[in-house]
Amino acid sequence: MIPSAFDYVKATTVDEAVAALVAAGEDAKILGGGQSLLPVLRLRLNAPSTIVDISNVAEIRTITDEGSSLLIGAGVTTDEVANNALVKAHAPLLSMTAETVADRAIRHRGTFGGSCAHADPAGDLPTAAAALDCEFVIAGPGGRRTVSAADFFVDFFTTAVGPDEVLVAVRVPKTDGWGAHYEKFNRTAQAWAIVGVAALVKVDGGVITDARVALTNMGPKPIRATSVEAALKGQPATADAIKAAAASAADGTKPTSDVHADAEFRSHLARVLTGRAVATAAGV
Amino acid sequence: MTDTLNETMGAIGRPLRRKEDARLVTGNTNWTDNIQLPGTLHMAFLRSSIAHAKITHIDTSAAKAAEGVVHVYTGADFPGQPGSTCVWPVTDDIVLSHYPVICEDEVKYVGDVVAVVIATEKYLATDALDLIDVDYEVLPAVVDMEAALAEGSPLVHSDKGTNHCYTAPVPFGGNYAEVKAKADVVVTRRFINQRLIPTTMEPRAVVAAPMGMTDEITLWTATQVPHVLRVLLALLTGIPENNLRVVAPDVGGGFGGKLQIYREEVLAVLLAKKLGRPIKWTETRSESILTMHHGRDQIQDIEIAATSDGQILGMQVHLLADMGAYLQIITPGTPLLGMFMYSGIYKMEALDFKCTGVYTNKTPTDAYRGAGRPEATFAVERIVDELAAELGMDPMELRKKNWIKHEEFPYTTVEGLTYDTGNYEAATARALELFGMEELRAEQAVRRASGDPVQLGIGISTFTEMCGLAPSRTLGALKYVAGGWEHCTIRALPTGKIELVTGTSPHGQGHATAWSQIASDIIGVPVEDIEVIYGDTGRSPYGMDTYGSRSLAVGGQAIKAAGERLVEKARIIAAHQLEVSPDDIEFNAGTYSVKGDPEKATTIQAIAFEAFTAHNLPDGVEPTLSGEATVDPMDFSYPHGTHLAAMEVDTETGKVKLRKYVAVDDCGVQINPMIVEGQVHGGLAQGIGQAMYEGAEYDSNGNLLTASMGDYLIPSSADLPSFITDRTVTPSSTHPLGTKGIGEAGAIASTPAIVNGVVDAIRHLGVNDVLMPTSPQNVYRALQAANKGGAA
Ligand SMILES: Cc1cc2nc3c(=O)[nH]c(=O)nc-3n(C[C@H](O)[C@H](O)[C@H](O)COP(=O)(O)OP(=O)(O)OC[C@H]3O[C@@H](n4cnc5c(N)ncnc54)[C@H](O)[C@@H]3O)c2cc1C
Repeated sequence: MIPSAFDYVKATTVDEAVAALVAAGEDAKILGGGQSLLPVLRLRLNAPSTIVDISNVAEIRTITDEGSSLLIGAGVTTDEVANNALVKAHAPLLSMTAETVADRAIRHRGTFGGSCAHADPAGDLPTAAAALDCEFVIAGPGGRRTVSAADFFVDFFTTAVGPDEVLVAVRVPKTDGWGAHYEKFNRTAQAWAIVGVAALVKVDGGVITDARVALTNMGPKPIRATSVEAALKGQPATADAIKAAAASAADGTKPTSDVHADAEFRSHLARVLTGRAVATAAGV
Repeated sequence: MTDTLNETMGAIGRPLRRKEDARLVTGNTNWTDNIQLPGTLHMAFLRSSIAHAKITHIDTSAAKAAEGVVHVYTGADFPGQPGSTCVWPVTDDIVLSHYPVICEDEVKYVGDVVAVVIATEKYLATDALDLIDVDYEVLPAVVDMEAALAEGSPLVHSDKGTNHCYTAPVPFGGNYAEVKAKADVVVTRRFINQRLIPTTMEPRAVVAAPMGMTDEITLWTATQVPHVLRVLLALLTGIPENNLRVVAPDVGGGFGGKLQIYREEVLAVLLAKKLGRPIKWTETRSESILTMHHGRDQIQDIEIAATSDGQILGMQVHLLADMGAYLQIITPGTPLLGMFMYSGIYKMEALDFKCTGVYTNKTPTDAYRGAGRPEATFAVERIVDELAAELGMDPMELRKKNWIKHEEFPYTTVEGLTYDTGNYEAATARALELFGMEELRAEQAVRRASGDPVQLGIGISTFTEMCGLAPSRTLGALKYVAGGWEHCTIRALPTGKIELVTGTSPHGQGHATAWSQIASDIIGVPVEDIEVIYGDTGRSPYGMDTYGSRSLAVGGQAIKAAGERLVEKARIIAAHQLEVSPDDIEFNAGTYSVKGDPEKATTIQAIAFEAFTAHNLPDGVEPTLSGEATVDPMDFSYPHGTHLAAMEVDTETGKVKLRKYVAVDDCGVQINPMIVEGQVHGGLAQGIGQAMYEGAEYDSNGNLLTASMGDYLIPSSADLPSFITDRTVTPSSTHPLGTKGIGEAGAIASTPAIVNGVVDAIRHLGVNDVLMPTSPQNVYRALQAANKGGAA
């Protein structure tokens, strides 16, 4: 369909974007890559009064090596996250997750920040961010603040970013030495995840010394499978041990039911896929 | 090449690239939405978001006052005006429905039209929809067919007192009860042939315009059936047929979804006349999913009776077919188009067929690629696999034992059709060779023995179908209100170029190229000198349009006959010019020469010019050179083939993967093998789509849950393997070109091949059916149910 009429502001700095949001009031929306916002507008599910386009803000389009972490600008495209050498070297979970998002055309337009700010429960990048314990840098009228992944994702399509704020960058701790895998389960090549599992595993002498597991689409926001993480620690990196630990993957989750999968089947998938993701990450 | 004679020889059978593709692929062409006429007004539709409700109040005043709005119409403005009609009342006591152009007091499905806004811009028309205020009194909706037939069910059409639309019992050959009594084995299954959404790449679009000072209204519309539509528009609107011109410009896919008369078309014509200005509408994808008619949607109760050594004796077929809320052009007839196909390629003594049509509060159903035959083929190919399992026989051996042997053609089936030719042995042998059956069976055994989480299954479909609609008398006997003939006019222009006017019209099939190839061979003019004209009742006045794989099977015959008449007329003129008797003239590749004196010759192009000047024509020969033919086909055509699928099933997640697909089709003579290949690929994708991905789902209130392409999944190239295809060629003996249809074969054959493969992969775990689509959840549920039954 056709979006309702709106005012359009093209910002060139983060400050300009924040000022435009403040000026426009509650009804304004940031436009990142537009791959989620435009469908929403065209279906008239939302009719913002003002669109603040941040695609020309240079500051949010860079990837910086900060030593123990990477600072990835919110405007970096999903494709760049998938292919950037720094990300591939130091946060492979993120690059391999990015590669599973949608199709090539959408990956070239959609942004890392947009994906996180949109916070679709079926989004893949938010799950990787949760597993990686990322930090989110948010700019507002009062300056900048940093929020942990645990606090950033609040609910369905809801994050800590306020209506007059802009997500500027995501700080991704390096995971050199960890095994990583993102297991995405969907029905057609470019479909959203029915369930997804991001796994980071540290193996030392055949023993799992640390593990982080996060789930996509098993609740209103990315969920850390803490009981699986705890169960894995100290276990031998074997198929059986991992399968046993994965049995609790769906504990405490609140998956929805839709045409592709009901909650019970999603829970089943979470257990199976967690086992597979962890095993792959652990090199088993 | 300069030698035109060589170049034009044998155009039939060449894999020529399609002349029309560059403009179609770039979109730089006559899509209806590309048409821009001065003074155009735009339509936008307010559609019901409730499946069943009374409209108690409707206030359009705010919308009427909105910027750019010219008018807002409701049902009250068109009392009693139908927006569509059914041309196939299949039984004498069928309960017909009135499909209002705009609902007057009741809405019957989500998507039903409540009001239409006319504005100067499409944006403004859409904006004004939000300003229309409608009060509804919600009525209970009926979604499930069996519930709809139960005592006390809410009624879709309360004035009819029933949701039962019709029951068509068909007395086919034999007595099923008798053969069942003597059978050793009887297998019974209920198959669900789920509802599908046609999903054309180009959505529906219309432009209707009054043509200057005349009374003519022209309707450009993305339709498969401009000729049929013109007749029906005249009948429904009262506008004289001679004042209506319908044009199907370039049309981007139809699959049956554009074989229809839609209320949006009727309204565009009525409003263009009323307002005296062009009226335009292009639907959104959301509207298309909701309101282009849907396909399939049958519950199939199937029984097969056989002897213990695998001789099939008979079948019983009882169908429930979902009509949706209203009958459209051939809604009730669509399931019956399949009734002749339930015995498939098998010999049997008896077939008992019954179909009951049911109204529900859902989008109307109608023809979708294959229309009735995919449902039939699915049922027979699935039940034959189940019979094989019951008998402990190899499913291919069971088929071989029962199919019509090559030497038995022509063969009259239990349904009374006479299949002219076929060679199931040849197609099957070729398919098995390409597939590598033995290696795959060996791998399957290893996976079973080791308890591999990923199991392998092999799916077979040895199918035939009937297409090339149709001998007019047969259609009449089936109560269909139109004929099945086709027309062609071939005109030689003074400069030697050719206009080929056909009554068929493509929506992606490549007629412009294929028809040129046929005519090129017959009249000896290069393919590139032939212009194919179609889809415009003003330029190609006679035709029965394109559906049911009829364009080549029937239209091809008309091209051949028209070409031959042109050649014969030119022969008389050539003889006159060369001063010999017509009997002494030979015609070859566009050249008329005197027998025994090849130097004395002229060309068809030269004769075209002579016929134009008419300075020196023989007595009694009229000026101009053309040939015209309207042909009623002798019979249907019966393409067939053998399709094999290797399916991997992940028993832990339920995920199904199509690993290998072999399709050997026999469509008789191929005019253009590359076009045949394209039709096979597209058909396979759609048939596999039904088997693995697609399915319209409604909640109990009648809301369509799969209302976007995020939820209604169609496969893309990334989801499909490279198909392995080949053809055997068994020419039709009832079609003068030896051709059969190929447009629907892939969609008909592939669905059961896939599902048979999925079931074969997990039959040893106790599964004997998986609901379509074979989604992870449906496979998981089937495995779970088998486990609970203790079969695993
Ligand atoms: C067909 C299709 C398939 C897809 N499949 C997948 C998939 O498989 N997995 C997946 O994860 N995603 C998928 N997506 C979504 C895609 O990844 C989007 O690009 C992403 O979710 C949003 O990123 P964007 O830059 O396009 O954001 P936009 O669409 O521009 O914005 C999305 C929302 O975030 C807000 N926003 C954007 N940037 C900022 C910012 N810097 N600060 C504050 N708010 C901001 C916007 O205001 C808006 O509310 C798919 C999209 C499509 C169209």
